[in-house]
Amino acid sequence: MTEATVLASGEAIAARRRFRVLRKLLHHRSFMVGFIIVLAMVLAAMLAPMTGVDPNAMRVRFRFRPPQDAYWFGTDQFGRDLFTRTLYGAQLSLWIGLSVAVLSGVIGAAIGVLSAQFRPLDSPLMRIMDALMAAPAILLAIGLGAALGPQTHSVIIALAVAYIPRTARIVRASALVTRELEFIEAARVSGASNLRIMFKHLLPNATGPLLVQSTFVFAYAILAEAALSFLGIGPPPPAPSWGNIIAEGRSFAVQAWWIMLFPGFAISLAALGMNLLGDGLRDVLDPRLKVES
Amino acid sequence: MYRGILMRLSQAVPVLLIFSVMVFMLMHLLPGDPAQAIAGIDASPEAVEKIREQLGLNRPLPIQLLEWFARLAVGNFGESLTLKQSVVSAVGERLPVTLSLSLISLMVTLPIGIGLGVVAAYWRNSWVDACVMFTALLGVSLPGFWVGILSVLYFSVTLGWFPPSGYVPLSEGGLWPWFASLVQPAIVLALFQIGFLARITRSAMLDVLDQDFIRTARAKGVDELTTIGKHAFRNTLIPIVTVLGITLSLLIGGSVVIEQVFALPGIGRLIVQGILNRDYPLVQGTMLLFGFAFVVVNITVDIIYTVVDPRVRYD
Amino acid sequence: MAAPLLEVQDLTVRFRTDDGWMTAVNRVSLAVGEGEALGIVGESGSGKSVTALSILRLHAAPTTRMPTGRIMYGGRDLLTVPSRDMRAIRGREIAMIFQDPMSSLNPVLTIADQIGETLRLHQGLDQATARKRAIDLLDLVRIPDAARRVDEYPHRLSGGMRQRVMIAIAIACRPKLLIADEPTTALDVTIQAQILDLLRDLQRELGMSVILITHDMGVIAEFARRVMVMYAGRVVETAPVGELFRRPVHPYTDGLLAAIPKLDVDVRRLPTIPGSIPDPTAMIPGCRYGPRCPQVQEACRREAPELVPAGPQREARCPPRVAAMRANL
Repeated sequence: MTEATVLASGEAIAARRRFRVLRKLLHHRSFMVGFIIVLAMVLAAMLAPMTGVDPNAMRVRFRFRPPQDAYWFGTDQFGRDLFTRTLYGAQLSLWIGLSVAVLSGVIGAAIGVLSAQFRPLDSPLMRIMDALMAAPAILLAIGLGAALGPQTHSVIIALAVAYIPRTARIVRASALVTRELEFIEAARVSGASNLRIMFKHLLPNATGPLLVQSTFVFAYAILAEAALSFLGIGPPPPAPSWGNIIAEGRSFAVQAWWIMLFPGFAISLAALGMNLLGDGLRDVLDPRLKVES
Repeated sequence: MYRGILMRLSQAVPVLLIFSVMVFMLMHLLPGDPAQAIAGIDASPEAVEKIREQLGLNRPLPIQLLEWFARLAVGNFGESLTLKQSVVSAVGERLPVTLSLSLISLMVTLPIGIGLGVVAAYWRNSWVDACVMFTALLGVSLPGFWVGILSVLYFSVTLGWFPPSGYVPLSEGGLWPWFASLVQPAIVLALFQIGFLARITRSAMLDVLDQDFIRTARAKGVDELTTIGKHAFRNTLIPIVTVLGITLSLLIGGSVVIEQVFALPGIGRLIVQGILNRDYPLVQGTMLLFGFAFVVVNITVDIIYTVVDPRVRYD
Repeated sequence: MAAPLLEVQDLTVRFRTDDGWMTAVNRVSLAVGEGEALGIVGESGSGKSVTALSILRLHAAPTTRMPTGRIMYGGRDLLTVPSRDMRAIRGREIAMIFQDPMSSLNPVLTIADQIGETLRLHQGLDQATARKRAIDLLDLVRIPDAARRVDEYPHRLSGGMRQRVMIAIAIACRPKLLIADEPTTALDVTIQAQILDLLRDLQRELGMSVILITHDMGVIAEFARRVMVMYAGRVVETAPVGELFRRPVHPYTDGLLAAIPKLDVDVRRLPTIPGSIPDPTAMIPGCRYGPRCPQVQEACRREAPELVPAGPQREARCPPRVAAMRANL
């Protein structure tokens, strides 16, 4: 049997498995709830311009209006409509979350697979990963974020770097296990190159854990970005990031409690949705941990 | 066992080295000129240059790095630019705060987090399980600083039970004021940890409950409480200990933000101010101390691990 | 005929699976006398393990409906006794050992602790006495260097030794009945023989009844006095062991025996039973073995057969075969 045949039959099996996985996902309650929440937020974010209101428009006459009539979430100290700001904030925060998840996922996967495949690279790469994990993720992100300046992309890079080592570890663990399986020997013997092994075998088998990890990274990133914005190391004002709104609203917490309330709910909802999604993915991909039967 | 510890220490050295270099590089990436900041806005260029010379900032980076290492070797962690005291003493002053906060938080987190996980696993798929897991989910999804602010609004401002911010050392007010100043931040901090730990404990416990030796225990006539409490739980501890290091890391990370919210003069706040003020030596020194602490924690966790799992003892 | 020690009457156990309810054990009845060695043989999926687990109410609770039927022991129905009484019986009067010794022992507790636990629980011994008794038990199950071994953890022992430890735990309180679920399946052939010898000797010395469950006809021949053959959740034949091997009645037993490789016969291909066990969730009208039976008749496909007597102490679930054998006599 040539490697091509082994792989071809392997691919057919994989395709059938993917379909079955998809069906299971659709029936998994947590996953669907999480998925709907996230979908709703994404839609809300994308439809933000439809409110027709400028999130940065200051109407000082209408400052500090509590939630009422036209102002669903009220207005802030500059008279800006908070509902619109929260929606635009969704754009920013979800975008940051996605970017961090994708960036750390891609780079982490690359590092993980490379360490697993090339023995001499393993030790140095993993030492660097360990060094990155020696400080709490948020601290690393604060440092890096401050160094790169108060912009959106600095936050993304900072958070991505903070989460890369954890993703790399997970992908590496999965790749190491895959390597021990016998069909890698078969592929090797039939002349598969390192690149081929990594792309066609190690990576596909790691997509499960990688995907699960990435959804959780998305959730962490949303929470972390909010914290960073709160500390002043995030997308600069007047950009309406959820963390910014909370930071600004804190000074007026007593007289205008609504300023802080809604962005916080938004953050929680987004993180909740992603966590549910991740739980669902993990249950389906690793059935021993099923929450529902 | 000592050989094991030595081996781990030697493995930790390159990691610490890389970490130090990273911290160093990070600091020099920060925009802003500390010499200028110290000299003041109106200082002449010569004055700024003199300060830069004093601090050794005009030498090439690799030399600065080596000089820093040389100072570290004799225990000199540097002098803070903004605080006018040695890094070690600055950290020393603030250590009790962060330590108190972390300890109280841990004392809340461990029993509740693990307990919830065990309960959820034992009554899996029941409404108990669903409730516990939903609570845990909320814990890991709510932003800590936001909950903290809301908590202050309600418990401090509205109800007046606890101070809204600030830390009262034991020496000053006695037990209750000290405790009251820490209770809110500690619980807010614990929320995430409890959620995290509960989820992990539940899944670990489920794994253990499916093992054959649990069936053996029941076949011997052992009652449910002992089966869970002795047979199952001791095995569940193994994966829990494994994530102990991560839990502590999350705890410290969380405290960085919480200290800001509650204006607690702890190490987390120290670092954040240091970063925002471009205080190189302070940040470098403190981060390095973090790194050392992290290594020590990891080694301790490994030791605890061998106590908990007889299969990995070094003899 | 003395009263049996344990009598299972019409036991039915059903499981819920992703594809619906399945009947793992379908109206199974058996009886074990005092000091008797009963063998239960069948393929994986025949329901033999589930039957055994039901005797001690050890089945996985969330997915099983409460079994129906009665399990009579000491004048009481084990399926309905309160949990506290059941726990007093487990390990003390009826004990069980399982298939995989590697995973059946708790990895974080010492051997002394695990054997001692039974003794402390059922006989109220204190720690020190329990430990001494544990050493004696290890000697009894022929573990060398027992005094040192007793303080070790399971991962230091080989598979065969772990199974001996399991046996030691099981016989610690001199139970009246020992249920052994595939005790040798996970072990090397040479170790298998040793464990079987040990079980046989212990059975004689302690005068206990043993139910031995296996899929290996060779093990049955070595150990059992009476045999019960199970297929697809039902008993298809019971007979004294000699009779079973000499003159099997049910076609399934035929198939099992034919599949044993024989040293003195030269064959090109080992005979197998064609097909596989039926889908446990599908209910077919006729005999469940029908699709694979080489002697299947029309009547077999229409009506599910009952167990009919086939000789002294024999029963078989194949009326056509029994009738044919009677005609030939």
